[in-house]
Amino acid sequence: MNTEDALLKYVLRLGDNALILAQRLVELVAHGPELEEELANANFALDYIGQARMFYAYAGELEGKGRKEDDFAYLRDENEFCNFLLLEQANGHFGDVTVRSVLFEAFYLPQLDALTNCSDAGLAEIAARAIKEIRYHQRHNNFWLVRLGDGTEESHRRVQESVQALWRFTGELFAADEVDDIMRDEFDGPNPEKIRASWESDIAAVLAEAGLKRPDDQAMDDGGRGGQHSDDFGNLIAEMQTMQRQHPGLNW
Amino acid sequence: MTKEDWPLYEVFIRAKAGLSHRHAGSVHAPDDEMALNHARDVYTRRNEGISIWVVKSSEITASDPQNDEAFFEPAKSKIYRHPTFYKIPDDVENI
Repeated sequence: MNTEDALLKYVLRLGDNALILAQRLVELVAHGPELEEELANANFALDYIGQARMFYAYAGELEGKGRKEDDFAYLRDENEFCNFLLLEQANGHFGDVTVRSVLFEAFYLPQLDALTNCSDAGLAEIAARAIKEIRYHQRHNNFWLVRLGDGTEESHRRVQESVQALWRFTGELFAADEVDDIMRDEFDGPNPEKIRASWESDIAAVLAEAGLKRPDDQAMDDGGRGGQHSDDFGNLIAEMQTMQRQHPGLNW
Repeated sequence: MTKEDWPLYEVFIRAKAGLSHRHAGSVHAPDDEMALNHARDVYTRRNEGISIWVVKSSEITASDPQNDEAFFEPAKSKIYRHPTFYKIPDDVENI
C-alpha cells in the first residue's frame, strides 16, 4: 500500500467513526432523561457530525475524484464503512451510552493528540479543532460514569453490566494494521502501542474512581474496520441514508 | 434518581473579559460539577460566554417583596446620591 492510499483510508476511518457514533447519538435526540442531558447529547452528536464532515471533505480532497462529504456519508454501502464495532452498538440505556463514549474517547483523545503533531498539515489541523470538543465530552462522560458507578446500588449494577457488555469491542481499537503502521512511520502519526498504554491507564483510573471492576481479558470482536459489521448495522445505515437514496442529489 | 431529587442551580455567565457575570438562567443538576457542565451545555452553546458561575438556588438569600417599602422606597427620594451634578468631560465614554 502506498502512503497516499494509507492516508486516505486513515482519514475515512476517522470520518466513519465520527459519523456512526453521531448517528447513534442522534437517535437519542428528544429522548434525553433530563432537559440538560438532552442538550448535552445533541451538542455531542453535532460535534461528531461536524468532525465527520471535516474528515470526509478532506478525504474527498485527498482522493481527487470529486467525491464530497455527502458521497462518503450517504452513498456508500454498509460494508464500505470502516468504523469500530464499538461505535455502532445500539444505545441501550443511559449507562450503556455513557460507557460506549468513555471507552471510545479514552482512545480517540490520544489519537487526536498525536495527530495534531503528524506531518500531514491538513489532518493535523482537523485534529486540533476536534480535540477541544472531545476533551469536554470526556470530562462530561467520565463524570457520569463516576456518578453512576458510585451512585445507587441499581446504577452501579447496571453500569457495571454496560462495561461488561461493551468490553469485547475494545480490542479492535488497538488492532493496528498496515494503515496504522504507515501513519506512524511515514506521517509521524499515532503510535498504537502508546495509545493503548494511555487508554489502559485512563480507563483503569476512571473505573477505579467509579468503583467499577475492569472486566477480565477476553476474546475480542473485530471486523468493523474491514467492513464486517453487526447485524443491526444495516438498519442504522438505511435510516441514515434514506433521504439521499430516495431523492438522489437532494439538497438542503 | 428523579428530577425532583436534583437541586436547582442559578447560572451566571461572563460574556467577555471586563464584564461582570450576569444571571443567565437556571439548571437542575445532581451536584456542583455537573451543574457547571449543564450550564455550559445549556447556556453557552452559541458562544455566549467565557466564564461560568453556578450556585445552588437555595444558597441565595433574597430580599422579601414584603419589605419593599423599607428596603427600596427611602432611596427613591435621594437624588443627590446620583453623580448627575458633575460635568462629564466629552471624551469619557464610561463612568
